Amino acid sequence: MQGRPQATSHPPERSLLPKLEIAFRVNGVERRVALRPWTTLLDALREHLDLTGTKKGCDHGQCGACTVLINGRRVLSCLTLAVMKDGAEITTIEGLAQNGELHPLQTAFIAHDGFQCGYCTPGQICSAVGLIAEGRAKTSDEIRESMSGNICRCGCYPNILAAIEAVMQGSET
Amino acid sequence: MSVGTNGIGKPVSRIDGPAKVTGRAKYAAEFSAPDLAYGFVVSSAVAKGRIKSIDRSAALAVPGVIEVFAHDNRPSLPSSHEKYTDQVAAPGSPFRPLYDGEILFSGQPVALVVAEELEAARFAASLIDINYETQEAVTDLDTQIDKAFEPPEKRAPEWNPSPRGDVDSALSRGPNLIRKEYRTPVEHHNPMETFASTAVWENDGRLTVYDKTQGAPNCHEYLCNVFGLAKEKVRVLSPYVGGAFGAGLRPNYQLFMAALAAIGLKRSVRVTLTRQQMFTLGYRPQTLQTLTLGAENDGRLVAVKHDAIANTSRFEDYQEPTVVWSGALYPCDHSTVTSRLARLDLFTPCDMRAPGGAVGMYALESAMDELSYAVGVDPLELRLKNYSETDQNYGKPISSKALRDCYLQGAERFGWSKRRPEPRSMREARELIGYGMATGIWEAFRVPTSARAILAPDGTLEIACATADIGTGTYTILAQIGAEMLGLPLDKVIVKIGDSDLPSAPVEGGSWTAASAGSAVMEACDGLRKELLKRAGAVSNAPLRGVDLADLTWVDGEIRMTSDPSRAMPLSEALLGLNEPITSEVSSTPDERVLQDYSHYAHSAVFAEVRLDEELGMLRVARVVSAVAAGRILNPKTARSQILGAVVGGIGMALHEETVIDHRYGRFMNHNLAEYHVPVHADVHAIDVIFVDEQEPRLNPLGVKGVGEIGIVGTAAAIANAVFHATGVRVRDLPITIDKLLALRQPTNNHAA
Amino acid sequence: MIDFDYVRASDVGDALSQITKHQAAKFIAGGTNLIDLMKENVEQPTRLIDITGLPLNEIQETQTGGLKIGALVPNSDLAYDQRITRRYPLLASAILAGASPQLRNMASTGGNLLQRTRCLYFYDTATPCNKRRPGSGCGAAEGFNRMNAILGWSESCIAVHPSDMCVALSALEAVVHVAGPKGERAIKSADFHRLPGDTPEIDTNLARDEIITAIELPSEDFSRNYSYLKIRDRLSYAFALVSVAAALKIEAGAIKSARLALGGVAHKPWRAPDAEQGLVGEQAGRKAFCEAADIILQGAVGFAHNRFKIELARRAIVRALEQAAAGTPQSQSVKVIV
Ligand SMILES: Cc1cc2nc3c(=O)[nH]c(=O)nc-3n(C[C@H](O)[C@H](O)[C@H](O)COP(=O)(O)OP(=O)(O)OC[C@H]3O[C@@H](n4cnc5c(N)ncnc54)[C@H](O)[C@@H]3O)c2cc1C
Ligand code: SF4
Ligand code: FES
Ligand code: FES
Repeated sequence: MQGRPQATSHPPERSLLPKLEIAFRVNGVERRVALRPWTTLLDALREHLDLTGTKKGCDHGQCGACTVLINGRRVLSCLTLAVMKDGAEITTIEGLAQNGELHPLQTAFIAHDGFQCGYCTPGQICSAVGLIAEGRAKTSDEIRESMSGNICRCGCYPNILAAIEAVMQGSET
Repeated sequence: MSVGTNGIGKPVSRIDGPAKVTGRAKYAAEFSAPDLAYGFVVSSAVAKGRIKSIDRSAALAVPGVIEVFAHDNRPSLPSSHEKYTDQVAAPGSPFRPLYDGEILFSGQPVALVVAEELEAARFAASLIDINYETQEAVTDLDTQIDKAFEPPEKRAPEWNPSPRGDVDSALSRGPNLIRKEYRTPVEHHNPMETFASTAVWENDGRLTVYDKTQGAPNCHEYLCNVFGLAKEKVRVLSPYVGGAFGAGLRPNYQLFMAALAAIGLKRSVRVTLTRQQMFTLGYRPQTLQTLTLGAENDGRLVAVKHDAIANTSRFEDYQEPTVVWSGALYPCDHSTVTSRLARLDLFTPCDMRAPGGAVGMYALESAMDELSYAVGVDPLELRLKNYSETDQNYGKPISSKALRDCYLQGAERFGWSKRRPEPRSMREARELIGYGMATGIWEAFRVPTSARAILAPDGTLEIACATADIGTGTYTILAQIGAEMLGLPLDKVIVKIGDSDLPSAPVEGGSWTAASAGSAVMEACDGLRKELLKRAGAVSNAPLRGVDLADLTWVDGEIRMTSDPSRAMPLSEALLGLNEPITSEVSSTPDERVLQDYSHYAHSAVFAEVRLDEELGMLRVARVVSAVAAGRILNPKTARSQILGAVVGGIGMALHEETVIDHRYGRFMNHNLAEYHVPVHADVHAIDVIFVDEQEPRLNPLGVKGVGEIGIVGTAAAIANAVFHATGVRVRDLPITIDKLLALRQPTNNHAA
Repeated sequence: MIDFDYVRASDVGDALSQITKHQAAKFIAGGTNLIDLMKENVEQPTRLIDITGLPLNEIQETQTGGLKIGALVPNSDLAYDQRITRRYPLLASAILAGASPQLRNMASTGGNLLQRTRCLYFYDTATPCNKRRPGSGCGAAEGFNRMNAILGWSESCIAVHPSDMCVALSALEAVVHVAGPKGERAIKSADFHRLPGDTPEIDTNLARDEIITAIELPSEDFSRNYSYLKIRDRLSYAFALVSVAAALKIEAGAIKSARLALGGVAHKPWRAPDAEQGLVGEQAGRKAFCEAADIILQGAVGFAHNRFKIELARRAIVRALEQAAAGTPQSQSVKVIV
């Protein structure tokens, strides 16, 4: 590139509304951050807490890639304002393995090849953790319906179903 | 070179699995850099015209906004379109982002706001006030049919085979004639990860870019050309790619934007596209196809005519192989296939999973189904009657073709024999049941690729190649090949890919990576074998002294003589005393003669069962069996997943996917994942994948053909054919939605002309 | 998304005083609709009043034998609450037909009522829309209107209300309890959402400074003969092309009372008292159901891309009534339509 941009003169600044101090437990660790109200939990995780395991597929509640567990329930972090979760207990994909041992669903996803590109995977796994905790979906049809908020464009659905069923039956492979 | 069965061919789990299931795998937008700034793209609200003025004052007043780049203040950029070209560019003049104020398509990137915070950049972008001079955009393909033209410059001459015989007079003589029009809509790839680039400005003036791309070297070259940078000043990495399906073949504009801002500001910048902006990139073009078949009463084809019109942009002649299959697949003496383009005020289309094949074979295989009813021959029987071992377009032998086994094994697994021939003849309770089938075909490519293999003194093998893994399993199969070649356990193999600094590879596409990068890795490892044998032979009273490479087996960490396994040496012994790693780098190229003398295809037979409530038109794909012949399957687990995924893509193509354009605004309207429907879990039921045995003797030393695309070809037709069998309604306009089913609902047994 | 300021409301009174003070403020509950629209710059509140801390998350028995559902009860808790699944399974079923488990975990009862249309043009600020920008024109009328109305639309707007839950609430004749600066009031379901007329920017009869506190379900519960049938373009996670909430009381084969509400067809859940009245006294069967469908769809007029919804609605109504009569409600996870 030969030239440089002409420096743009900045008009007088308006001010942004100030950051608010919030604290929540993420994967069992107390985290304090100062964030503006417009920061979603998803962006807080990815851009402020260096937890990029939670993915942004649409930013509008339409794909499930950003699924995390808040107080044990699966929710979409892209439509959640971080400031509204002060004091919450948040679990992301990074928090599922315990003491270096993968969560059974993580192991099962590997064994059943429940992913290809891997981008929907953290959301799928967190959603499946929520599903199992809810204890409602039992049949294949019910699991499919209950996982329908998690889109996989690579089309791994049959393998994801197999992984979840394996874990529900107490095996991982 | 011998290939055993140690690593290759086993259903091993992905080696990148642990990183992906724990969130450790980092994608393009997930690399950080000190002092990272965020860029947000402003998209054009109009489809055609020019920018009269840009008022950025409100945006610049937002605290934390660093700069607003647009055509009116950008640094100097090359004017020659040539400089913006890339390995996958269609003939024409590539788009030059921010070059001038001309608007070529709705959603065109017209400015980039860079700010300290992501949300501030997004907010400021919404405050940019652009004054447009608008012109009427033409985006309706139906109005441009009489302007359709044959592209003067061909993207690939072999996609346009010359006519054979005299198709028109043959058609006029034939006792049976099917002439039908089929339509397929614009589709967007919509990988789950949106396009993103993190351009890291290194203090010494180098630029490292983490980009979502199927071709790091392609993007590297693009950046060097556009920004006039020396090759060694730029590095592009794409270690993990969150899906692409072709959308990442060409450099996308976020790469340009991130680099422009990083260079301009001497600062690291990340640009991530929104889901809505994903609809401003390339897409599968709309097609209008006419398929004419002439056949004898027993179903043998006499003539095939296929004409396709697809849209392209005003500035590039994007082409894909839509009609070539119709000329190639079935034997008949008369055939003419033609492809034309029509220009619309849209961005240039871009290869999407089995470009051309997915849509062209939908038309051909639907027409074959219509023919089966016309002549009263079972659809499967019809395919078997029209079976050929040669490429009909060029009269060349097909290097290997186990399609017959696909038909037979697929039919067996599916239970095709239970099908009653009459439409509307199968039902259960309120549901109509339909069985349909179709053939799939896709070219098996191999392209020049380089690779490096490094064996460390501790016996760890590192494989390096610039290719990418977009979910295809490239990491894993390359590791398997390395493990196989040197008889190592898989965990002794490290694979490095997705980096323009690595030995060069073409874009990851066309299903050629397994065959191309795989062969290169194999050859690189063969170099290591030679070196190791030299060392093994040199060891005092060596058991392998004087032995020929061809007589050895490499397995379980040992080098053995195949005929006398007692003559063996542990690999560790051959490495004894080694201080430096042994490196072998190759440029692997296909044998031109093989490419000349033979045609190479992967094939499939797809069987689908649909069920629908005939009153309400709610349709379900209850089962799909896809039987695939694609040479040697390197990893049945990951290969099966590729077919599964492509079948799901085929279900989407058949029933859901369509990007709608409001021609008044020249704008795609359902630019989100709530209204651009792709299949969800509930839409996908049993999918059965069969890999039939097929020996591919020539195309590459591994005997593989790619499996990334074949799974989608034929799937939409099989489903559409099943819908006809269930309902007696032939929908020739994808996707098959409720309204089309209801509007056409009229019980007929035979829709053939 | 514009820059906005965030406050938490400590109780209903506080919430009301906050919203009265700040003209461009909005309440936020689950956020699943509001944040979506804020990111699209369709909604631009300069202050968000977080009401999630208010004590409005209980389900209580009423003195008249019904249930009162706090405005903040999440959709999933409501759908799985034993009292709902036993007594108001129509409501549970409708909720489970909507969105996804994650969204239902977040979405509140009050927010669901107030979710805005999914009209493509309403969402795209590069196109005209009278609802988003009054006076700019209606992009959908001559554009893509597959997801738009066939009933009750106006020249200025042909949007539909996208909720599933509200269709069941409407059939069950729920009452919306609201509080405002002038005190509390109750709004009947039928009067809560409004038709677009020439003020499509106003979705409901809730005043800007009012808050929904609860939804009350009357005692009549239709727990035996009901069905919620949703027809859509994929088998889950999609908004309705047409949905039907059907509820019957049947004695000795004859219909004693009937409720019928349609979703996806109008700016509000669509009901027709005469269609319901017409069913009363009839033998439960296809003939009566077809007549009811004809009555409720009287005056339906479609557009280029959604005319098929008239016939589709007709068939879906008949089927949902059949399902209700047979006591075989539509499952939301098994995709066979019984
Ligand atoms: C991808 C997607 C798919 C969906 N699919 C469906 C579907 O198929 N069927 C369906 O029915 N729904 C569907 N939804 C919509 C979802 O149900 C609604 O977004 C949700 O119910 C809104 O509730 P909320 O609490 O999140 O509302 P919020 O977003 O918090 O609020 C919505 C509006 O209500 C106001 N508000 C909230 N609570 C109160 C109160 N107590 N008093 C006064 N005002 C209040 C807010 O100010 C705001 O204007 C879908 C949503 C998404 C994103
Ligand atoms: S239908 Fe209503 S919401 Fe849609 S564009 Fe028209 S005015 Fe806007
Ligand atoms: S990113 Fe949250 S649902 Fe798609
Ligand atoms: S693994 Fe790629 S989107 Fe699911």
